Amino acid sequence: MSIRERLSGNEAIAYAMKQINPDVMGAFPITPSTEIPQYFSTYVDNGEVDTEFIPVESEHSAMSTCIGAEAAGCRAISATSSCGLCYMTEMLYVAASDRLPITLAVSCRALSGPININNDHSDAMGVRDTGWIMLFAETNQEAYDNYLQAMRIGEAVGLPVMICQDGFITSHAIENIELVEDDKVKSFVGEYKPAHYLLNKDEPMAVGAYATPVYYMEAKRQQAQAMIDAKDVIRKVGAEFGQMTGRSYGLIEKFMMDDAEEAIVIMGSSAGTAKQAVKELRAQGNKVGLVKVRSFRPFPSEDICDALKDVKAFAVMDKDDSFNGHCGPMFAEVASSMFAAGVCGPRGISYIYGLGGRDVRVESIQKVFAELEQIASTGVTGETYRYLEVRE
Amino acid sequence: MSHLAKDMTPQVTWRDITPGCNIYEGGTSVTVETGDWRTERPVVDFAKCKQCLLCVPVCPDMSIPVKDGKRGDFNYFFCKGCGVCANACPFGAITMVAEEK
Amino acid sequence: MAYNLRENLEKGERLCGGHRMCAGCGSPVAVRSVLRALNPEDHAVVCSATSCLEVSTFMYPYTAWKDSFIHNAFENAGATMAGVETAYRAMKKRGKIDGTWKFIAFGGDGGTYDIGFQSLSGAMERGHDMVYVCYDNEAYMNTGIQRSSSTPHFADTTTTPAGSVIPGKIQQKKNLTRIMVAHNIPYVAQTTFMGNFKDIEEKAHKAIYTPGPAFLNVMAPCPRGWRYPSEKLMEVTKAAVETCLWPLYEVVDGKYSLTYEPKIKLPIEEYLRLQGRFSHMFKPGNEWMIEQVQKEVDRSWNELLQLCSLGAVAAR
Repeated sequence: MSIRERLSGNEAIAYAMKQINPDVMGAFPITPSTEIPQYFSTYVDNGEVDTEFIPVESEHSAMSTCIGAEAAGCRAISATSSCGLCYMTEMLYVAASDRLPITLAVSCRALSGPININNDHSDAMGVRDTGWIMLFAETNQEAYDNYLQAMRIGEAVGLPVMICQDGFITSHAIENIELVEDDKVKSFVGEYKPAHYLLNKDEPMAVGAYATPVYYMEAKRQQAQAMIDAKDVIRKVGAEFGQMTGRSYGLIEKFMMDDAEEAIVIMGSSAGTAKQAVKELRAQGNKVGLVKVRSFRPFPSEDICDALKDVKAFAVMDKDDSFNGHCGPMFAEVASSMFAAGVCGPRGISYIYGLGGRDVRVESIQKVFAELEQIASTGVTGETYRYLEVRE
Repeated sequence: MSHLAKDMTPQVTWRDITPGCNIYEGGTSVTVETGDWRTERPVVDFAKCKQCLLCVPVCPDMSIPVKDGKRGDFNYFFCKGCGVCANACPFGAITMVAEEK
Repeated sequence: MAYNLRENLEKGERLCGGHRMCAGCGSPVAVRSVLRALNPEDHAVVCSATSCLEVSTFMYPYTAWKDSFIHNAFENAGATMAGVETAYRAMKKRGKIDGTWKFIAFGGDGGTYDIGFQSLSGAMERGHDMVYVCYDNEAYMNTGIQRSSSTPHFADTTTTPAGSVIPGKIQQKKNLTRIMVAHNIPYVAQTTFMGNFKDIEEKAHKAIYTPGPAFLNVMAPCPRGWRYPSEKLMEVTKAAVETCLWPLYEVVDGKYSLTYEPKIKLPIEEYLRLQGRFSHMFKPGNEWMIEQVQKEVDRSWNELLQLCSLGAVAAR
């Protein structure tokens, strides 16, 4: 019997952290993730968890303390956004290459400059090469559910996990949410039992070697394999979670894709807005659908190719511009997946949207579908690189 | 799959290399001969040596072993021939001699 | 129990040979001294910032450390060690670990005075039960002898070359030991290697076994960067101490005391003339530089004496 509650995304994450009761949290505040360490330190100071909380002096140190603690043999967690995620980037690479399954909650926010506190995915996209598993949530429920699955996934493959949600949009908005009971969470998440750890008096461990060109590449290839292996682990853990709660998860979610002729690929809270757009268009007889990306890392190439192979036209919605002068980051990954798999029939465009918290409305998404319909019927793709709702 | 440092040779494959290039033992450097760096070697004259042990802690390479409160002969496997011990000895019991190769 | 070198050496070494530090490097001398201050039955986790020490003591797959060791990055030895120390407290609280564990972080002056300062300050301020040991060789040696805020006035480094217009580093050395005292931590000390190593061993032992954060600043000369023949290591440290340039003192709960006072305070030339990085100061016309440095040493020394309490303090 699950527990019905009304929580914001940040509250839900903090609640999940409480239920897991990890050993160590090292965190620094930054809007809009600030509330997570705030809620959590209230739990700490009221004795509701016995986690050791380290109020570090910067995000770089937040991840540094997590690396120290996880290498020492503990579960270590943190939370951040935007510039904070940027500041700890050096450490994100180390956490992944040291193979430490740290869990990081990210309430996504635009990167400066100009400084902006609202949501987009530039912070998370900026660290997509760090080797972290990255799961994105559409709703508060998904943020909570993803967090509960994070450690099972990360600890199985030895990689750290980033649980991303949209800053302010889900982090601060209150939704109805179903919580899992404490004892179920404990048995689902289990205990952290690393084979090797610093605080083992019977076996010393040395972490953080200087590796010459003779060794570096082998270590990286092994790390790459862990990311490849993560796909199946994410599916497996998502299915097991589904058995426990009735909410199953995979790498992507397909919405009305069965006979879709036009589709969009989208990630995060705007998928909810887009689903509404799809429903309305379907009601008018349009054969449209949506692919929501949940796992951005590892990138679900096979699942996406399979979902898009029969559409006539698709748009990849990117809430970040990586300024390659050509397309958004997720478009690049979708297009390369399709080309590599020989799926060259569908015509695709890249849409940059929602930057710096620019509102995303149902009508805006419907505009995209209208363009896709044009592309599908004329067979002319036109411009690849497009911006949605920018004043011309 | 061995995770011993001695098996992490330059031929180790990506499947067999220790995850993260971590090592699960202490002091695996003891197999590395740094003695071949030397151009001079220290030589101790035990007749002059008063076993004051002042030479022992100044060695950057732990090359002066101590057993039962007495220093033994140099560990030439590690000794890099820096000469700090020769300078530190108050009794002139250590001299630096050109290394013959 | 009075310090005894023979007894101290009986404890064995926790740093092994086979590391790649230069012949005659002061850093491993500092490290092995600090580690010998541990009680043999106690466990330790050592952290090193990226530095000469780190790359030379853990070049895959060779670790020179007998204890558990973690290297993370250049600027975060303080934070990384704080994370390990916190993990220990968490595990202890949950009954997952027993035995006495000590946490010792090492950083060069680069990773301590400059890029690592934030992380060090945070760790000390939060009260983690750990020791941070700076092995101070007064420049970024690992990357090729670039100046740090610890580099002395007028020293020739690769980013402050003694040129015809600018004669080496134009700033004075930052006094990090005093800054760490201002963190109100239980134990701060400045030391180096002298004689039978009593000073550094006693201070290291106090630092490790005083509960709470402790900071040790160890002068660790670098024959390459300071340009002296490697065998003169102990002469250089002795000169630093006898000229009062690098006073040996400790601050226990905010109270300053000298642990060594030179019988005769030598003129600073006795220290400067030993090292190639100061050789330009001896050129005719540059006497003002030596006078300037002497003034700075005198001022700093007198300030320290004032802090310790006026007049001489019995050397221990």
